[in-house]
Amino acid sequence: MSSLTVTRATLWKDLRMEWRSKDAINSMLFFSLLVVVIFSFAFNPTAEESRLIAGGLIWVAFLFAAVVALNQTWARELRNQVLDAYRVSPAPPNALFLAKALGNFLFVIILEALMAPLFVVFYQLRSVGPVWQLVVVALLGTWALVVNGTFFAAMSIRTRSREIMLPLILFPISIPALLAMVDSTTGILTGEFSPDFWIKMLLVYDVIFTAVCLLLFESVLNAE
Amino acid sequence: MAGTTEPSSQPVIFLQNLVKFFGRFAALRDITDSFAPGRLYVIVGDNGAGKSTLLRVIAGLMQPSQGSVSLLGAERVRDVAHRIGYMGHAPLLYDELSGMENLRYFAGLYGLRDDSACSDAMRRVGLDPDLERRVGQYSQGMRQRLSLARAVLHDPELMLLDEPFSNVDVHSAREMAAVLGRVRDQGKTIFVVTHQAPLMEAVADEFVHMSAGQIVSRQVMTRSTVSVSSEAGGAR
Repeated sequence: MSSLTVTRATLWKDLRMEWRSKDAINSMLFFSLLVVVIFSFAFNPTAEESRLIAGGLIWVAFLFAAVVALNQTWARELRNQVLDAYRVSPAPPNALFLAKALGNFLFVIILEALMAPLFVVFYQLRSVGPVWQLVVVALLGTWALVVNGTFFAAMSIRTRSREIMLPLILFPISIPALLAMVDSTTGILTGEFSPDFWIKMLLVYDVIFTAVCLLLFESVLNAE
Repeated sequence: MAGTTEPSSQPVIFLQNLVKFFGRFAALRDITDSFAPGRLYVIVGDNGAGKSTLLRVIAGLMQPSQGSVSLLGAERVRDVAHRIGYMGHAPLLYDELSGMENLRYFAGLYGLRDDSACSDAMRRVGLDPDLERRVGQYSQGMRQRLSLARAVLHDPELMLLDEPFSNVDVHSAREMAAVLGRVRDQGKTIFVVTHQAPLMEAVADEFVHMSAGQIVSRQVMTRSTVSVSSEAGGAR
């Protein structure tokens, strides 16, 4: 059987389970809404100030919200020890990883699509630079978060306090990607500097970490 | 003998100097043994005897600390994974999906795309393939049956079953034991770890007794159920 078939089947299964339970989406939405509302009341920024701080604010909100979804990813596989059924099957381990990463990517992208209009309204955001570049940053940045997040969430599933472990491992390793995401977003919103360098850096980060995660996932899956 | 298939001389499982440590605790202690195909083995022993650990090592879910396992002539379990069925102590099923949705997903992992394999497996264990209820709403007995259906779904040559009758009522457990007997009669090799040995007496070919991480004896069941004990340690 091909990796693609297993990836598609696993992704479809995860989407169906999320559609029925809505565990990840509801938690992420609630968390992001809290951040948007509380920060908008706390800072009450002008449109000009908003452009300067929005990059950091948006990505911090999405990063923390993504952790909620990432923790859910493997929790489903641990219930009833279903992961063992996958491990004893001839299905390729990388197909499982890709399906999980793609599923998380979809969940976080949906969250971003729902939250973006709220950020625009609450922070009076108007982009000076081209908006399509924001879409590119969102896609590359989200993949950077979920590919590492899915991998490290898998690493921490056998630890006792895995929900604390994940951010402890994920945040430091995501610093280069976060820098690129925040600076490129600020560059696009303010139009003061070109985001090209940061976008290229995000792309390189994505390629390197996707390759490393795919190479190492089998060892993580079968670790005792 | 309970089965109809004569064992061949080629072992389906060969364990050589198998040792498994958890920290300083030796769960398996230098096990060397072999098992013939087409037979139903029942592994019995007290809690902590190493039964489940042995099954997990054979299934490739744990790596032995020392020694080796040869399965169906292969040194790597992964090479013969499509020929092995495993049923764990937990049901290994998604609570949020229905029985058929679960089986469809697992069938995909074995390259099976035809729904008929899934519905056949469900019927074999006495479940209705049209049941739309999610597994989370199944009774314990139904879960165990579905778990067995998942393990036999791809028609494996070797089945490794860990406590398949736990939390199952006696009637359902007897039915499951009969299903296993029929699967063995088709030439499959089955390993069952259980504390409910009497349930398997009618269908078992051999009882394998474990204690303190070692196979201490093997008891071949004859047609008249007169047992013949032998010391463990050599190929049979």
